[in-house]
Amino acid sequence: MDFNTLIQVLDSTIRLAIPLLLCGLAGLFSERAGIFDIGLEGKMLAAAFFAAAMASVTGSVWLGLCFGVLASLTLSILHGLASITFRGNQLISGVAINFLAAGITVLIGQSWFKLGGRTPSLRGNARFQEISLPFSEQISGVPILGPIYSELLSGHTSLAYVAFLLVPISWYILFRTRFGLRLRAVGENPAAVDTAGISVVKLRYAAVIICGILCGLAGAYLSTGLAAGFVKDMSAGRGFIALAALIFAKWRPWHILSATLLFGLLEAISNRFQNIDIFGLILPVQFMQALPYVLTVIILAGFVGKATPPLAGGIPYIKD
Amino acid sequence: MEILPKWADRILIPIIGVTISLVISAIIILLIGESPIEAINLMITGALGSTYGWGYTLYYTTNFIFTGLAVSVAFHARMFNIGGEGQAAIGGLGVAIICLSFGWSHWFPALLVATLSAALFGALWAAIPAYLQAKYGSHIVITTIMFNFIGAAILNYLLVNVMRPTGSMDPATAKFSTEIKLPSLHDILEVVGISFSKAGPANVSFLIALAACVLVWLFIWHTRWGYQIRAFGHSESAAVYAGILPFKIIMVSMLISGALAGMMAINNVMGEAERLIMNSTEGAGFIGIAVALMGRNHPLGVLLAALLFGFLYQGGAELAMWTTIPRELIVVIQALVILFTGALENMVRTPLEWLWIKSTRGKG
Repeated sequence: MDFNTLIQVLDSTIRLAIPLLLCGLAGLFSERAGIFDIGLEGKMLAAAFFAAAMASVTGSVWLGLCFGVLASLTLSILHGLASITFRGNQLISGVAINFLAAGITVLIGQSWFKLGGRTPSLRGNARFQEISLPFSEQISGVPILGPIYSELLSGHTSLAYVAFLLVPISWYILFRTRFGLRLRAVGENPAAVDTAGISVVKLRYAAVIICGILCGLAGAYLSTGLAAGFVKDMSAGRGFIALAALIFAKWRPWHILSATLLFGLLEAISNRFQNIDIFGLILPVQFMQALPYVLTVIILAGFVGKATPPLAGGIPYIKD
Repeated sequence: MEILPKWADRILIPIIGVTISLVISAIIILLIGESPIEAINLMITGALGSTYGWGYTLYYTTNFIFTGLAVSVAFHARMFNIGGEGQAAIGGLGVAIICLSFGWSHWFPALLVATLSAALFGALWAAIPAYLQAKYGSHIVITTIMFNFIGAAILNYLLVNVMRPTGSMDPATAKFSTEIKLPSLHDILEVVGISFSKAGPANVSFLIALAACVLVWLFIWHTRWGYQIRAFGHSESAAVYAGILPFKIIMVSMLISGALAGMMAINNVMGEAERLIMNSTEGAGFIGIAVALMGRNHPLGVLLAALLFGFLYQGGAELAMWTTIPRELIVVIQALVILFTGALENMVRTPLEWLWIKSTRGKG
C-alpha cells in the first residue's frame, strides 16, 4: 500500500468514524445516566431522513439539521417517557424506536417525494460543504506532512470538526462538572442522588435529551454530509456499531474516539479492498464487516479487561 | 403488586395496546392521504378473503409462531433474546446443509432431519451469547444483537464464496430437489376434501408450528424445568435460594429459544424458497418480539398474535400493490405494538388500575 492510498484510507476512516463517534457519545450520556439505549440506530435514521428532507425542501442544510435534531429528540423523549416516566423496559423501548424510525421514514418519504423512500439528491447549500483548513493549499506540496494536513485533516465538513470537539467537551462535562458527577451518580446509584435531594427524573431526562441531540447530529451528517440525500435504511447498522464502540470503550469518551476510529478504519478497509491477503492468509471482506461485533463480544465476555456497564443501567428508578 | 384481575392483565391490556397501535396507524394512513377504511377493507379481502390470501397469511403466521415462541421462552427466564433473527438465519443454514447433502427420496424423513438440524443450528447460535451471559454476565441483549450481525456476515460469506453453485451469479445455494418439496396446505386439505388455493406458500410446517405451541405450553407449565425457568424469571434470588442453578436455567431457556427460532427455517427455507438465499428471514426474528409481548408469553397468545401479524404482513403486501401505502406501514404497526404492549405498558395499565380500584371501592 503506497502513501497516497494510506492517506485516502485514513481520510475515509475519519469520514466513516464521525457518525459512529457522535452516536457513541450520545449513547455515553444516556447510558452513564442509567438509561440503556439500543435505539441509537433508529434516532440516527430518523434524523438522517428529516435532515435530508427539510434540506431538500428549504434548500438550507442548517434548517435540515434543525429538523433532523428535532426528529431524533422526539424519539428520545419517547424513550424517556417509556423508560423514565412509565418505568417500562428500556431495551424493548429501544427496539420499538428502531422499527418506528425504519418504517416511518419510508412511509413519509414515499408520501412526500414519491421516490420509493429516497429524498431528492441534495446540491449546493442543501449539503454540508467541506471546509479547507488555513494554509492547506500552500502546505499541500510539502512531502508527507503536506498530504496529511491538506487531505487528511483538512477538507471535512463542519460537523466533523464539531464531532471531534465534542470528545473533550463530553469528557469535561461528565468528569469535571457538577452536572456530570450527578449524571454519572444517577447511573450508578439513583437512590443516593435522590436522597441528596436531586431529581433523578430531571437528570435522566437531561441525559436522554443530550443523547437525542447528538444522535440528531449523527443522522444529519449521514444524509447531508457523508451522502447527498436520504436512502431507505441508510444508517445500515451504524447505530449498533456505535453501541459496540461504546461498550468497547467501556463507557469512556476518549476511548470512544479511538474505538470509533478503529471501527471506521475497518469499514474503510472493507470498502476499499475486497479480500485482504496477510502473509498468505486471505481475510474475506465479510470478516472485516463482522470484526467490530466480534471484538465487542470478546470485550463483553471479559477476555480482555472487563466491560462493566453503569450499575443502575436498565433499571427504572422507583421512589419508595 | 397485582391490582387487576388476571383476565384484565392477560387479555384486556394487550388488546388495548394493540387497539391504540392500530388507531395511530389509521391516523398515519389518513395523514399520508389515503383512507384507513379502504385500507382495512383491502387488507381483509387480500389476506383473509380467499384461500389464496390465507395461503400467504398462514405462511407468515408460521414464521411468527416460531420466532414468537422463541422470544417468549427466553422471556420466561427474564432473558431478552433479540437474536431470533440471526438464529433463524443460521437455522436456515442447518436446513440447507441437510437438504443439499443427502439424496432424499421422500420429503418426510428429510423434514424430520431438517427440523432437528435447524433447531440444532439455531440453538448453537444462541449458545455462545447464553454461555457468556451465564458464565461472565455479558449482557445477553447486546451479545445477541452482535450475533445477528456476525451471523449475517458468515452467511454472506458462505453464500457468496462457498455454497453458491458454479456459474450462478445469485448469492444463494442450489435449489433443493423436487422430491423433498413439502406438501402445501392445498395438498394436505385435499386429503380431507377441502379445496384450498395452490398458490400460497403455507405448508406442513404450519402444523409443526402448532405442535410447537402445545409442546412449549407443556414444557413451561407442566415440567420441572419449565417450573424452574418461571421461578428464575420471577425472582432470581428466590430461585437460587430454592436450589435452582442460574447457569443451567439461562442455558436451557436460551438453547430452547434459539432452537425454536432456528426451526422457522423449515418454513421459509425448505417450504417456500426451496434454497437458502441472502436475508431469508426478512425480519421475522424481530417480529417475534412484538408477537411475544402481545401474546403475553403464552403459546395461545403467541398463536393469536402471530395470526394478527400474518394478516398484517399479507394485508400490507396487498396494500403496497393496490395503493400508495408502502409495505413499511407494517414495520410502523409492529413498532407501535412493541411500544404499547411492551415499553409503554404501564401507560395503559395505570389508568386501568385506577379505574378498577375506583369501581371496586364503589361496590364495597
